[in-house]
Amino acid sequence: MSVSYRVPGKGRLTQAKTARFTFDDQSYSGVAGDTLASALLANGVHLVGRSFKYHRPRGILSAGAEEPNALVGIHRDAARKTPNVRATVQELYDGLAAVSQNRWPSLSFDVGAVNDLASPFFSAGFYYKTFMWPKAAWKSLYEPKIREAAGLGVSPELPDPDHYAARFAHCEVLVLGGGAAGIAAALAAAETGVRVILADEQADFGGALRFESGSVIDGQNGWDWAQASVAKLAAMENVRVLSRTTAFGYYAQNFVGLVERVSDHMQAPHPDLPRERLWQVRAKRVVIATGAIERHMVFADNDRPGVMLASAARAYLNHYGVAVGRNVGVYTANDSAYAAAIDLKKAGVNIAAIVDLRDNPAGSIIDEARAMGIEIHGGRAVVRVGGKLRVTSMTVQPKNGGGERTIPVDAVLMSAGWTPSVHLFSQSRGKVAFNDEVKRFLPGTYAQDCVSAGACNGTDGLSACLDEAYAAGVKAAKDAGGKAAKSTKPKVEASESWSRGMLGAAPGAGPGTTVKAFVDFQNDVTAKDIRQAVHEGMRSIEHVKRFTTNGMATDQGKTSNMHGLAIAADELGKQIPEVGLTTFRAPYTPVTFGSIVGHARGKLFDPTRRTATHGWAERNGAVFEDVGQWKRAWYFPKSGEDIHASVNRECVTVRKTAGLFDASTLGKIEVVGPDAAKFMELLYTNPWEKLEVGRCRYGVMLREDGFIYDDGVVGRLAADRFHVTTTTGGAARVMNHMEDYLQTEFPHLNVWLTSISEQWAVIAVQGPKSRDIIAPLLEGIDISDAAMPHMSVREGKICGVPTRLFRMSFSGERGFEVNVPADYGEAVWEALWAEGQKHGACAYGTETMHVLRAEKGYIIVGQDTDGTVTPDDAALGWAVGKKKTDFVGIRGLKRPDLVAKGRKQLVGLKTKDPNVVLEEGAQIVADPKQPIPMKMLGHVTSSYWSENCGRSIALALVAGGQDRMGETLYVPMPDSTIEVEVTGLVFFDEKGEHLNG
Amino acid sequence: MLLIHCPYCEEERPEIEFRNAGEAHIARPSDIASISDADFEKFFFIRDNTKGLVYERWRHVHGCARFFNAVRDSVSDKFVMTYKAGEPKPKKLPGAGK
Ligand SMILES: [Zn+2]
Repeated sequence: MSVSYRVPGKGRLTQAKTARFTFDDQSYSGVAGDTLASALLANGVHLVGRSFKYHRPRGILSAGAEEPNALVGIHRDAARKTPNVRATVQELYDGLAAVSQNRWPSLSFDVGAVNDLASPFFSAGFYYKTFMWPKAAWKSLYEPKIREAAGLGVSPELPDPDHYAARFAHCEVLVLGGGAAGIAAALAAAETGVRVILADEQADFGGALRFESGSVIDGQNGWDWAQASVAKLAAMENVRVLSRTTAFGYYAQNFVGLVERVSDHMQAPHPDLPRERLWQVRAKRVVIATGAIERHMVFADNDRPGVMLASAARAYLNHYGVAVGRNVGVYTANDSAYAAAIDLKKAGVNIAAIVDLRDNPAGSIIDEARAMGIEIHGGRAVVRVGGKLRVTSMTVQPKNGGGERTIPVDAVLMSAGWTPSVHLFSQSRGKVAFNDEVKRFLPGTYAQDCVSAGACNGTDGLSACLDEAYAAGVKAAKDAGGKAAKSTKPKVEASESWSRGMLGAAPGAGPGTTVKAFVDFQNDVTAKDIRQAVHEGMRSIEHVKRFTTNGMATDQGKTSNMHGLAIAADELGKQIPEVGLTTFRAPYTPVTFGSIVGHARGKLFDPTRRTATHGWAERNGAVFEDVGQWKRAWYFPKSGEDIHASVNRECVTVRKTAGLFDASTLGKIEVVGPDAAKFMELLYTNPWEKLEVGRCRYGVMLREDGFIYDDGVVGRLAADRFHVTTTTGGAARVMNHMEDYLQTEFPHLNVWLTSISEQWAVIAVQGPKSRDIIAPLLEGIDISDAAMPHMSVREGKICGVPTRLFRMSFSGERGFEVNVPADYGEAVWEALWAEGQKHGACAYGTETMHVLRAEKGYIIVGQDTDGTVTPDDAALGWAVGKKKTDFVGIRGLKRPDLVAKGRKQLVGLKTKDPNVVLEEGAQIVADPKQPIPMKMLGHVTSSYWSENCGRSIALALVAGGQDRMGETLYVPMPDSTIEVEVTGLVFFDEKGEHLNG
Repeated sequence: MLLIHCPYCEEERPEIEFRNAGEAHIARPSDIASISDADFEKFFFIRDNTKGLVYERWRHVHGCARFFNAVRDSVSDKFVMTYKAGEPKPKKLPGAGK
């Protein structure tokens, strides 16, 4: 059954090395070195997909990265299903399985193609116009339906099992593009000894030499010269050669992102190999040698499978040894398609006719074609083609009208000319300039240390391209510090000509016509759509682009932008530069999320911080919660306990006997120096100068605007040394805040700041038995109430290791916080735990810590405050030094709004029904019967069941709260309204007797 | 990713080592407790947000940890120069007319 379009003796692949593959479950045979596209064409398969909007049958347009049509899914296994792979880029391997996309039930019979018949309803801007009303239907009806009907491939459903690598690299000269120009530039730069990186998106270097049969450089066929030159470069120590590597983004200061496709072309990649590798290259100089992309002709039904770019047909023949048809028509507006016709003719393919829009095409290549007996129709246009799933004929007419003639063909090659690839230049923020003579946008004003060379710079002819690129390589290397080298510039002995062409709609698809002459194949935008956009008032190309979606597909309009622009300009009666060129943005071609994410996923997405006692907590059944990057023990359930039972038991045990809690995550900063107290005075609201050595104070830190920024207990270890604690979440930002003031506002103060959060493990021992638990392990510290009262700090030893022992309490019970060097944290915990066991103490987690502190009305910054709460609002006015003349926030506190009546203030709430626990974040109102939207007085900030109080407790920010003591307020919930009473903040041991209990 | 010259390390380092810290050359008044509401507003809330050359504070937070000042073009993102905290606004910028 299989028909082969392989041409014996043509191409560079070894025909004996076969590779089996499937397309839509049909088996085919290809050759090692094929792309999926060339292998399909070798089997006579042109129909490979359905278009995005109209579901029109589509074939293979190109032989490279610019491909808009031939997008397929590649399915390696259940998890490795890559959608929207360009068949022209995917290299064949034995066993490759590809599926077509966007069709149902099958590629040749697709129900969605009804969109094509209904196309008047789908014309430009239809998304904006059709579904305006009713608004609600957009979300529920229109959008899901449109997404279903229009679209590309399907995302894989399983997590990506592959891994992706990332490298940083530095070089003097980075050459982007490995065609003739890029190779010449790299050779020139490499000879000077500087570090050079040469990257190309293709599997093999050579660029256009892949299809050009007529070039000879240094006595070799152009392709052979390219391979030999790249082999020479690869052997040089100062050169890195990267194939299958696409420069997708050009960022500031010559920082270029490249993706190397490491294993997508392999049959069975070694599991250690990454799928892709992201290169982030910083180059002193960049040579852009990205070449040019051929444009298609814009005529009716130019999207039929079998209609393709002339250069692509040449690549398939000259590189892959595949004829794209047996009876081929050519439609062109420039010379380069003639070379394709000649090559095919020489390979035994019949050229039905060359249709040339130019009136009297002349020149040696035209003469050569004519001499071979090829029919040439000058001054004529192809006005339409026949066939649906495959082109069957082309209809030719004089370009100004007249009699039609239909010529049977099985493929049509087209060329409207070449568009320089200025994408990366434009991404570098360079400004392109329109060259009216050649109707091309070319690099104009440079913004970075880069240079364009060759076809992407508008340079025509191989010889001129090589000269320019070689000179660019020499200069780039010299500018980057390379030494002068003896010149061995490649010499071009034969080459092919690049020539002009045309932009916009061809005859038969111009103004007044309604044929489907595609400008943008991937987004199904026709010449008519662009004219319609202009008629509907779009003036700038940016508007036309968004209205029609021209150039907005994943191919970024590589073949369509210039045509679209020309049609819009023509319709507006303006010159092209007046209409403007749309902006080129990264990525140049689609980039996988995997390559951007690299190793930063799963466990490596974010660092996990564990305290010294983490292992002990794990072994003892702790349930953990994430607090920032920390894993913190949340509660310690005994068998059969849920979180409530566990927390209730822990809460009661701490107040009855004692509990051990790991407080190591608290931020800790040592403030040291002769001016340490002065600095503390400026950074905290409290007075510090008079705090005795060995005593502690609860400190409140404000921002300059007067709002609470952080809090924590501070111990004075010496006249010139403070041990400051911060909230867990605030550790880094408080350090930054302190450094900022010390370095920039108070640099006259002689103070050093050191983060010691990681250096000290902190074990809180809280409860009436806490002293008894600690005492036997201590050396050199008298912890009697007389010698060490509440809010004091001592240095000594515990279990034989140094400790900073704080007597302080975040539970309201007699309490200590044992600081020991982190390496001893677990051992000291174990020793304290052994002592604790003798007294019936428990281990407790963050949940119990939260409940205990709420029972005492101690706030948590960030939970009970939100960046708009002042010390007075939080009932912490006592912590503001009234006699102080300066501290950060002193002026902010006096702002009119901050001293106004009716501010939200922190209060306690008791539900009328003691068994009801409020929801944190719930809104509070005075009158639950008022119409919606109700006036909210505030919200619940903390809420728990308190086993110690035998009821629920809550803290809340309530407008004018401190004047509402005893008032009844309401918390409206979806199913009921909860009655609450406003109370003070302290729910347990109001007199504070337990601190010494 | 930009390269930023740290005036303390005297080296160009990648942007990820640095953190922006807002507009530069806004000194905290030494008599801040007694300034007027209007002066406080100007000091704390009002920023230039210039299109073009901006004077900014940056911190080499994952490096030497020093705060310094930078002149940057907010249109091109380009750093014109950096200098140490406490130094006056540069009178002459590199690349500016002679
Ligand atoms: Zn630095």
